[in-house]
Amino acid sequence: MDGKGSSRIVRNVTCMLSVPVMVFGLYVVLHGHLTPGGGFAGGAVMATFIALFMVSFGKDISRRLDSGPFSVSESLALLAFVGIALLGIQVTFFSNFLANSGLLFGLTVPFGTNPGFLGTGGVTPLMNLAVGLEVFSGLSLILIVMFRSGGDGDNA
Amino acid sequence: MIFEIVLPVALTGVIISAAAALKFRDMMASVVLLCAMSLFMAASFYILQAPDVAIAEASIGAGISTAVYVIAVSKTGRREDEKGD
Repeated sequence: MDGKGSSRIVRNVTCMLSVPVMVFGLYVVLHGHLTPGGGFAGGAVMATFIALFMVSFGKDISRRLDSGPFSVSESLALLAFVGIALLGIQVTFFSNFLANSGLLFGLTVPFGTNPGFLGTGGVTPLMNLAVGLEVFSGLSLILIVMFRSGGDGDNA
Repeated sequence: MIFEIVLPVALTGVIISAAAALKFRDMMASVVLLCAMSLFMAASFYILQAPDVAIAEASIGAGISTAVYVIAVSKTGRREDEKGD
């Protein structure tokens, strides 16, 4: 990397892959209560896009990435996780007060074999969303801080 | 069939790419080989019916850690010091 980042081919492929990678990450997060994956895996998939972006576009563009919004969203996601857990405090901490309530994600799961319904799970999909945002922001923050600190990035 | 053929191929790929990553003097080649090792590992996790671990391994091992290594190599130097060993 000589400050310009990788070649034109790598940059174009990164731009083409950006939307599928983010959509797949959001899919893994949103279907965390139905399919393999969940908040952590989906957030890591989304953070992979930030890593791809920084490696392919080099330091000139990547140094303009601000770490402030990622820090704020990381803190907000943690607060949301603990806040959702606290909302069920009438029963216990982490009580699933939305399940079978008919509200958001509150559908009742039909008996027997079914393909899995997105609107079920109660409080679990909301916590998956919070964990996904948290992991995405945290890993992106680590990469941004590491990219900025030390060295000049001109050695390879 | 999948346990007799595909799984040994994936595990052999893990061993070969890890040994080659140790052997190379070019750091960028070692990083790419570690990425390949992670992909073989994800394939073997998937064959062993752990798709959850496979997704995490593919995204963390082949994505994030490869990017971290590439950033570190670009900040320190590409060639390993020959007098090191």
